[in-house]
Amino acid sequence: MSSSSDPSSKSAGKFSTKGFTETDNTQQPTTGRAPLVLNMHKFGEVTHQVCRVAENRPPMAWYIAFVICLSMLGFLGFCVTYLIFTGVGVWGLNNPVMWAYDITNFVFWVGIGHAGTLISAILFLFRQKWRTGINRFAEAMTIFAVVCAGLFPGIHVGRVWLAYWLFPIPNSMEMWPQFRSPLLWDVFAVSTYFTVSLVFWYVGMIPDLATLRDRAKGRFQQFAYGLASIGWRGSMRHWHRYEVAYLLLAALATPLVLSVHSVVSFDFAVSQVPGWHTTIFPPYFVAGAIFSGFAMVVSLAVPARQLFGLKDLITMRHLDNMNKIILLTGCMVGYAYSMEFFIAWYSGAMYEKFAFVNRAFGQYWWAYWIMVSCNVITPQLFWFKAVRTSIPLMFILSIFVNVGMWFERFVIIVTSLANDFLPSSWDQFVPTWVDIGTMVGAFGLFGTLFLLFCRYLPMIAIAEVKAVMPEANPHAEHAGHAGHHGDDHGAPSGAIPALREPRSAESSL
Amino acid sequence: MSRFLFPRWTNALLPFIIVVGATLPLYAAFVVAYGFSPKTIDAGYQPTQPVPYSHALHVGQLGMDCRYCHNTVDRAAFAAVPPTQTCMNCHTQIQRDSPKLEKIRSSYETGMPMEWVKVHKLPDYSYFNHSAHVNRGVGCVECHGRIDQMDVVYRYSPLAMGWCLECHRKPVDRLRPVSQITNMGWDQRVEMTREERESLVTLYHINPSENCSTCHR
Repeated sequence: MSSSSDPSSKSAGKFSTKGFTETDNTQQPTTGRAPLVLNMHKFGEVTHQVCRVAENRPPMAWYIAFVICLSMLGFLGFCVTYLIFTGVGVWGLNNPVMWAYDITNFVFWVGIGHAGTLISAILFLFRQKWRTGINRFAEAMTIFAVVCAGLFPGIHVGRVWLAYWLFPIPNSMEMWPQFRSPLLWDVFAVSTYFTVSLVFWYVGMIPDLATLRDRAKGRFQQFAYGLASIGWRGSMRHWHRYEVAYLLLAALATPLVLSVHSVVSFDFAVSQVPGWHTTIFPPYFVAGAIFSGFAMVVSLAVPARQLFGLKDLITMRHLDNMNKIILLTGCMVGYAYSMEFFIAWYSGAMYEKFAFVNRAFGQYWWAYWIMVSCNVITPQLFWFKAVRTSIPLMFILSIFVNVGMWFERFVIIVTSLANDFLPSSWDQFVPTWVDIGTMVGAFGLFGTLFLLFCRYLPMIAIAEVKAVMPEANPHAEHAGHAGHHGDDHGAPSGAIPALREPRSAESSL
Repeated sequence: MSRFLFPRWTNALLPFIIVVGATLPLYAAFVVAYGFSPKTIDAGYQPTQPVPYSHALHVGQLGMDCRYCHNTVDRAAFAAVPPTQTCMNCHTQIQRDSPKLEKIRSSYETGMPMEWVKVHKLPDYSYFNHSAHVNRGVGCVECHGRIDQMDVVYRYSPLAMGWCLECHRKPVDRLRPVSQITNMGWDQRVEMTREERESLVTLYHINPSENCSTCHR
């Protein structure tokens, strides 16, 4: 195989699935490593491909999606205003079921965020180079998901103007939150998570914002991107400090991947309610969060790469790897479901046993079986490579996983509350239109923020992607120019980069 | 290539931004903790009353007991504001023609009550019982201050929840014998030893509750 030919010819070549032509770089070549950037030989091409999204008018599909999302966001605003002016009674909550759609949505959105942090922090520390193509928008997804998540506890307290009581602020009432309550730990966990994710995302984006600043034509764009890139000039000292800061933030964010959803699970596990009071909850919630988060990344990446022409940067290999993680975490979630049933039987606790039998065959049996079919059966299809590399199939399956994970939270929260210890207080939760409107509206909020991000910010970590290109390898054939990834136009014109990378011993998922 | 970099003069802003960024949260916390506190915004409230009734004259100089006018204070939750008839018990004899009492006399003749401006307002969601406090050693002066020295009554205490809790958590120094309950000039911290004050806790069975439903019923 000639290293100077089209990089895609390194591997199996092109293949077509259901009308989509994709380059297959999922195979590990016998020498070197599989390319993570396709059809591009120079750093400048990557810069151009990513920046042109922010610089040009977006495709018509963007406008259509934006109008839809904005309308949903408007409806969210209406539902929340109606809720605030009327009270939480506009939701279908009742006496045993005092948490339903609100907390379901909260846990769902917090979970979505976890994939972003896993990609950006854990995969960074493990030197998984394929993260570079997807980390930026996965992190953006994290932040927007946490924004959506933060909305629900804020509005479900009923008296929204007293939501500041969530925080331990000295006040003339001398009243403090209950420090022994996991609900307070949750406030700290989620706000820490949001802060660290935001800082991590922003710090990582500074060099790329500077690239946008340098390329910007309009005076306003130059100023706005210039302000956001806080004077980045790409000097060696800048890069040195940036790398150190990024590594430290990755180390700081890594425990959060595990801690945040563990604390969210304590909201349930620390209580006494049958079906909630289980020790498996923290790992089970974390696995579920990563599962749902990766499904959301796939759901977003597939249309985004299509729409903005980023198929050479978010390649089939990236999608294949993410589908493998969905398969892995899906198996963990399936294991957790079966282990819950096993422990319910093995513990001999009558209430626990009832809670689980009731989940599967009680009044919400349909929700339970939606959850099982979407979360346990769906990911098993990813054992087949044909499914993992099929764009339409992975998109549909990732949507199924999202649906399944929403229902998982619904099943956990509502079935346990609706039928707890006292049969005399059993009731049924029926969502109102405000419940459904708020849930749909949160997707509008998420979509609006994500579309704005796609439009105005660098969707792909330009500088980091360049570092995994063969041109960045100092031992490549054009060693003299390599490694200088701060310079957008530093790529030698006409250079044909070698695809060979000598140190192939490093792990690559 | 025209790129926007920060002009050199912006470097001078950097220490300023850092200082402001670091102190702004502290300043905001300070403003909220002290500026928005009922100690600042509620204590000292001194509305003008329709008639210039002086507590300093009636209580301080003439030595009238609080309960002559506020006669329900040891029997009910609410300390009554007296009807005009109570004023006229004396003022049919004394200061009969004083122009200051014109409104009192017309209220007496027409039967329309005086519209006194309430100074000590508690929110509807908090329950407070005067008799529970007055009959068990909490003197008027503890909450209302030296009424006997006020020409125009003002709110002496913040009436904030934290202020209530302060006493409910540590009532010892606030207790006096019921015999001195309306005595404004008498201070148990001066007149009694600590042991004597502590003995009042047992004598009056003082065990103040701190749970939410004590006041928010």
